[in-house]
Amino acid sequence: MGPGRVVNIPLELRVNGDDVAEFVEPRTSLADFLRDKLQLTGTHLGCEMGVCGACLVLLDGKPVHGCLVLAVQAAGSEVQTIEGLSESGLVADLQSAFHERNALQCGYCTPGMMMTAHRLLETDPDPDRATIRRALSGNYCRCTGYEAIVDAIATTAARRRTEAAQ
Amino acid sequence: MTDRAGHIGTPHLREGALRHLAGRGDFVSDQQLPRMVHAAFLRSPMAHGTIVSLDLDEARASAGVVAVFTAADLNPRCADWTSQLDHFVGMTSAPQNMLAAEEVLWVGHPIVMVVARTRAEAEDACDKIFVDFEELETVAGIDVALNADTPPAASGVDSNLCYKNELKTAGVDDAFANAALIVEGNFAFGRHTAVTLEPRAIIADHDPATGQLTVRHGTQTPFQFQDVYARHFGVPDHKVRVIAPDVGGSFGMKLHVYNEEMATVAAALILNRPVKFLADRLESFVTDIHAREHRIHARMAFDADGTMLAMDVDDVAPIGAFSAYPRTSVVEGNQAYRLMGAPYKMKEYRGQLTVLFQNKVQTSQYRAVGHPIACQVTEALLDRAAAELGIDPWELRARNVVPDDAYPAESATGYRFEKLSHEASLQKLRSLMDYDGLRAEQTALREKGIYRGIGLATFVEITNPGVAFYGVGGARISAQDGAVVRLTPGGEVHCAISVTEQGQGTETIIAQIVADQLGVAPSQVKVTTGDTDATPSGGAAWACRGAGIGGETALRAGRKLAERITDIAAALLQADPANLKLRDGAVVDRGTGEVRLTLAEIGRIATYRPDTLPGGVDHSLSVAQHFAPSGYPFGFTNGVQAAWIEVDTETGLVTLLKHWVVEDCGRIINPLLVDEQIRGGVVQGLGAALFEECLYDEMGQLLNGSLADYLVPMAGEMPDIVISHIETPTEDTILGAKGVGEAGTAAAGAAVLNAVNDALHPLGTRLTQTPMTPARILAALGIGQA
Repeated sequence: MGPGRVVNIPLELRVNGDDVAEFVEPRTSLADFLRDKLQLTGTHLGCEMGVCGACLVLLDGKPVHGCLVLAVQAAGSEVQTIEGLSESGLVADLQSAFHERNALQCGYCTPGMMMTAHRLLETDPDPDRATIRRALSGNYCRCTGYEAIVDAIATTAARRRTEAAQ
Repeated sequence: MTDRAGHIGTPHLREGALRHLAGRGDFVSDQQLPRMVHAAFLRSPMAHGTIVSLDLDEARASAGVVAVFTAADLNPRCADWTSQLDHFVGMTSAPQNMLAAEEVLWVGHPIVMVVARTRAEAEDACDKIFVDFEELETVAGIDVALNADTPPAASGVDSNLCYKNELKTAGVDDAFANAALIVEGNFAFGRHTAVTLEPRAIIADHDPATGQLTVRHGTQTPFQFQDVYARHFGVPDHKVRVIAPDVGGSFGMKLHVYNEEMATVAAALILNRPVKFLADRLESFVTDIHAREHRIHARMAFDADGTMLAMDVDDVAPIGAFSAYPRTSVVEGNQAYRLMGAPYKMKEYRGQLTVLFQNKVQTSQYRAVGHPIACQVTEALLDRAAAELGIDPWELRARNVVPDDAYPAESATGYRFEKLSHEASLQKLRSLMDYDGLRAEQTALREKGIYRGIGLATFVEITNPGVAFYGVGGARISAQDGAVVRLTPGGEVHCAISVTEQGQGTETIIAQIVADQLGVAPSQVKVTTGDTDATPSGGAAWACRGAGIGGETALRAGRKLAERITDIAAALLQADPANLKLRDGAVVDRGTGEVRLTLAEIGRIATYRPDTLPGGVDHSLSVAQHFAPSGYPFGFTNGVQAAWIEVDTETGLVTLLKHWVVEDCGRIINPLLVDEQIRGGVVQGLGAALFEECLYDEMGQLLNGSLADYLVPMAGEMPDIVISHIETPTEDTILGAKGVGEAGTAAAGAAVLNAVNDALHPLGTRLTQTPMTPARILAALGIGQA
């Protein structure tokens, strides 16, 4: 063991429905753990200070910044990343609406956008445009200018309401 | 030959977007390779100084460290780079290399490179390096740099003057002397930066057995970097492969040479294993190029009936301690002072450009290079004149734009325009935004103490750049692009092309264009980009050239293959090729439409049974085509933007209510993608107008190097943006397309500046500095300090 070496500590949690048991440095962020250890690289890092929203993941169902949460803080919890959320099928309609409306360009912010949009529509099935814009205020996008993203979320909300009414 | 009705002009969806929606992007920052190690840099904490001593012992012994490199270890591996373009006569810049050897030139200048098993361990080791510096006089700010007594920002130059030039028409002095009205202003533009959401990322690897250097690089210009790495590291270019997979935003920022990327390549050449460098956000703020710091005094002359006669512009543009490589930091100012007044039939012009060194990070090309500066100055002066003359701002523009029937035309600064549509664009905007209705609403609201403003900004955009941009100046930057299009043995199509994709939809439009030449669906065309081993060489993505130049390359390649396929079919069918065409994946009879041979059958025969073809028939199902623009040096586009805003005079906050754009980019290949390019561009322009500024103190320290402190536009603050088009195809190409990626950014800031000043007009004040922060607006209103 070299100088300055820290001892890795055990970590058990569920990620996208799978049990995960690993050893991590205590300083490892949840985002780095997901990306580097589990190779779930859909979770992106843009600012590493909880501002840009590219690293949002669901921790026990609620969006958290993967860059601000330590991996060890997720011990015993259920984490869902964009990969899991996508495979669950829960956001298939959101994904379609984003695709149809070209609500992404480089795609780097997109996983975080899906997290925010998913959570918004879970809690508010009928958001107006101002509400959608406010909900997205923790997600930076440098490519689209946001309008297409707002459109895609509004379209999804409307489609879900129509389906629910039928 | 081909039935070309089809996909050009339709809103075809981007296939590649689906991966990102599922979290399956493939960014360099995501990639991990076997035996990969990670780089971190010890950086200068001061803007200008001398390294007195360096103690690396503790760092070398730190956990996980693979190598610690200083300038003495690394720089001899790499030939110095010196920024130069021959057409900027008299420009100077000090040679640069990867790590600071003695002199540090800006806060963030890399001094030591640490390579370790993890990035965290590399950073830990950087913390254990001890450096002694002696501080040198810092050049930070325009007045300091202009002062002849200030020592140079870098020891490799004699003064802080990088470049100075004047453009002057013969009659400019007379025009001002005889003018009925002269308006003038001092304008200040805040330094800002691209803030790509994915920071710069690179993984370099070297195989000593073959001499192969492979660089995975989040860049928009892979061939340029293949050439840079080959020449500066002495590797033959065919042994350098640059792969640019998904790139998380670039906007011009990811085509410059950076110390860290060069050092990462050098480290891989020494260590013979993959070395990764991924900038964190602070590193991005202190090492990504910045842009647009300008201080301008400008005058505009009119005759009594509102005819714009002349402009006189003095532009002082401080850059970094050296000019960027390989494009130079002069280009921005060069475009700014040449684009002044470009939409208008103004005949006389004097412009002076002074480019200065200072101890800040290098500046260079960022989306809409120079355009927002020229547009903002021109359009703000025009609005002042409108107020002085008592002419409506829309009307004054309509009177002065180059008429749509007056082309070809040339600007007072020498730019040549093939065919633009300013008059039609202004007319369209007027009805699109209900200009008269908004003016009435504005007047009514003013009576209630609500200050709303309308701002207009007419613009031109430089696109489809030919060799006049860089090539003639001696820079190894390609104006041409290349494509290989082939019919697969199964009858599908593959196109490998040198233009690149960063999410703007390049691959999609190329598929649409190729599909229409071959009578197939875009989904049958696979497009490969971003790999120097996989496609012909070309310029890739810069200065709005993907559609206009890449698209034309693809079109000509597609036609060449269509001809080949038709010839093969004609030989097989013993038919006249003139009687055949390609449609719906088959060769059909031109007259009856009857299917004669499917493309799958042609693929099969040409691949597996070429022996059954008559002798002399070329059965090559791959064709190559290169294309470089000729004719006009640049394919100018044009348009006009309008902003509708409200100023809260108590808080200084600006609410963006709505924004309109009428744009003419020639032939539209994909209206969905064009509109989203414009919207994204507008929002970057709005960021510069209202929020974005790299703030420095007088010691050259960046004060707001984080995404919490440097504000970029967020969803809640942005307006809905209404877009409409005029379509004036260029006749320089078959396709007729021009660029569109920078149009939004070019004029959005000018429109908002004019709108804010329109809102504040009854209060007798105006702003001339961007970003227009609440503090600056309140200061203009006499409340507090800016």
